[in-house]
Amino acid sequence: MSALLQRKPGLRAWLLLAPSFVWLMLFFIIPLGIILVYSFLERDVYGGVVWKWTLDNYRRVFDPLYFKTFLASLWIAFLTAFFSLLFGYPLAYYIATRPEKVRNALVLALMIPFWTNFLVRTYAWLTLLRTNTGLINVWLQQWGIIDRPLPLFGNTFAITLGLVYGWMPDMILPIYAALERLDRRLLEAAEDLYASRWQVFRRVIWPLSLPGVVAGTMLVFIPSLGAFVTPAILGGGKRLMIGNVITNQFLGAHDWPFGSALSVLMMAVMLVATLIYFRTGGEEGRRGGLG
Amino acid sequence: MRRFVLWALALGLLAGLAACGGKGTAPTAAPAEQSMETQAPEQAPAQAAVEPAKEIVFFNWSEYIDPEVYDLFEQETGIKVIEDNFSSNEELLAKLKGGVTGYAVIVPSDYMVNIMIQEGLLAELNHDNIPNLKNLAEEWRNVPFDPGNKYCVPYQWGTTGIGYLSDQIDEPQSWAVLFDPNPDAPWYGRATMLDDARESFAAALIYLGYDPNTTDEAQLQEARDLLIKAKAGLSGYDSDTYEDLLASGENLLAHGWSGDFLVAQEDNENIAYTIPQEGGVIWVDNLCIPMSASPEEKLAGEMFINFILRPDIGAKISEYNYYASPNAEAEKLLPEDFLNDPTVYPPQEVRAKLHFLKPVGEAEALYQRLWDEVKAAP
Repeated sequence: MSALLQRKPGLRAWLLLAPSFVWLMLFFIIPLGIILVYSFLERDVYGGVVWKWTLDNYRRVFDPLYFKTFLASLWIAFLTAFFSLLFGYPLAYYIATRPEKVRNALVLALMIPFWTNFLVRTYAWLTLLRTNTGLINVWLQQWGIIDRPLPLFGNTFAITLGLVYGWMPDMILPIYAALERLDRRLLEAAEDLYASRWQVFRRVIWPLSLPGVVAGTMLVFIPSLGAFVTPAILGGGKRLMIGNVITNQFLGAHDWPFGSALSVLMMAVMLVATLIYFRTGGEEGRRGGLG
Repeated sequence: MRRFVLWALALGLLAGLAACGGKGTAPTAAPAEQSMETQAPEQAPAQAAVEPAKEIVFFNWSEYIDPEVYDLFEQETGIKVIEDNFSSNEELLAKLKGGVTGYAVIVPSDYMVNIMIQEGLLAELNHDNIPNLKNLAEEWRNVPFDPGNKYCVPYQWGTTGIGYLSDQIDEPQSWAVLFDPNPDAPWYGRATMLDDARESFAAALIYLGYDPNTTDEAQLQEARDLLIKAKAGLSGYDSDTYEDLLASGENLLAHGWSGDFLVAQEDNENIAYTIPQEGGVIWVDNLCIPMSASPEEKLAGEMFINFILRPDIGAKISEYNYYASPNAEAEKLLPEDFLNDPTVYPPQEVRAKLHFLKPVGEAEALYQRLWDEVKAAP
C-alpha cells in the first residue's frame, strides 16, 4: 500500500483531500444544489415541493412587497457597514499604534463579548432600549432631559445598532491586521517630505489599510444582509428584513420553493459583493506590496 | 502577532456562526430516514420484541409542563425525557415535513392535527398502551379533528384573548382597543399582538364579524387593512415574551393565550385576562406521536402519554401552566377556585362566542402572503 502511494503521489494527494472533499460535497454542494433545484419547483400546500418546473418563484422575488423588503435590507446592511467602519477604523488605528503588550490585551478585550451567545447579547440590548422600561429612557426621564420616551426600539435604528454592535469586531480585526504591519518608516518618510497629518493619512495610511477595510466591510455587510435574529428581537417583529422573509417561507408559510428562490437571489448578491472584494482587495494588495 | 489576530478572527466567525445556528435545535436532521414507519403501525399488538426506548425527546411549547413530571416518569419507568421547544404550529409542521426525526411525542393544536393526519405525519396510537384514556372528559373523546382519539390525546385547552394591567387601564370590552388605535389611549404603542398569522387574522376577522376560518379574499384583505391600521399602536409582534412585557410594565395590553397571563400573575398580580365581547379563539393542544418515531420510541411515547393522563399528573400540569385540563379525573383533584375561574374555564355564554381554528387548505398561502404584507407595512 505504502509502496503504491510512493509510486503515485497523485493518489496520495487525492487521499489527503478526500475528507474535506466529502465534507464539502455533503454539507455544502449538495444542500446548495437542493436549494437551487427547489427554487425552480412548485410549492406543496403544507410544505415540501411538487415536481413541476416553474420560473414563478423568481418572478415573485420582484413582487414589490418582497423587493422593497430586499432593498430595505440592503439599506440596513449598508448602514451597518458604514457605521462599523466609521467607529471601527479609529479604534483599530488606536489599537494598532499601542505597544505590543497593550495591543494584545486590547484585541483580547475586543473578543471577550464574543464569548457570550449572540442571542443573549441581543436580548441584553432590550434592557437598555425598551421604550418604557429601558434603562436609557428611564434615566433620561429621571434626569429631566426628556419628557417622553425616545423611540429607541422596534425601528431601523435599533436593528442597525444591534447589527453594528454584533459585527463590529469583524470590521476592526482586518483593519487592525492591515495597520499593524504597516511600516512606520513610511510615515516618517511622508513627514520628512512635509506631508500634513491629513495628507499622511489620506495618501499613505488609508491606501495601505484598504485591503483590511474592504475585507472588514464584506465581513460586516454579508451577515447583516441576511440577518434575521436581530430584526426579530430589536425590531420588535415590526420590521422585516429579507432574512425574516426567508425564515418565514420555511417555518410559517410552507413555501420552500419561494424561500429557496430568495436564498439564491441573496447568494447571488453576496457573490457579486465578494467578487468586488477580490478585485479591489487584489489590486490594493499588489500596490501595498510595492510600498 | 499576525497569527494571534487570525485566531481571534476565526473565534469571532465561529461565534457568529453559532449565533446563526442558535435558533434551530433539532436532535437529528436526517431527511432520508423515514423508512422505519413501514414496520411500525400494522404489526400484531402483542409482540414482546419491542422494548420501550431508554430516552425520548418531547417536542413541546415552552413552559408548558411541570419539569417534575419528567422526574416522576423516569422514577417510575426508567425512561428519560428530553424536552425541545417550538413556538408555532407552522414551525412544528415545517420541522416534521423537513424530515427531522428523533421526536417521540409532539404537541400540535387542533387544526394542525387535521393537517398532520392528512399529510400522513402522525402514527396511530395503540390504545392498549394508554389505558388512562378513560380519564378524558366526554367532550374531548370525540373531537372533530380526530374522532375517537385515533391519533392524538388532548393535552390542555385554553383561549386566545387580551391580557392587560388592571391597575393601569380598564378591562377592554372590545377588540377595538387594538383595531381602532387612538394615540391618546394609554396603551397606544404599549401593546403587542401574536406573531402568528392565523391567530392575528382570527382576531381581526372576529372583530369584523367574519368567520375566523374564512377563505374569502375580500374579507381577508379587509382584515389585512385592519391589522396594518392596528400596527401603529403596537410596540411589536410577539408570541414568546408578551406576558413578561406586561409583568415588567413595559406594555399595558397584549393579545395572547390565557394561561400565559395567569402564570405571569405570579410576577405581577395586576395582570388580568379577558375575552372581548366579539369573541375569541378556543384551542386544544394534543399529544401525538410522529410517524418517524421508531417502534421503541413510539412505545415509550405512549407510556409517557398514559402517564400524563394519570389524574394526579394531569392536575399537576394544570397547576403549573394554568390551562384547563381535558382530564375529568384530574379536574377532581384541582382546587375549587381554579375550576370556577372564568379565565380558565369560560362560562357558557362566553364559550358560545369562541371559535376553533380550522385548516384553510389552499388559502393558507393567501393568509401568509397577507401576513407578510402586514409585517412589512411601515
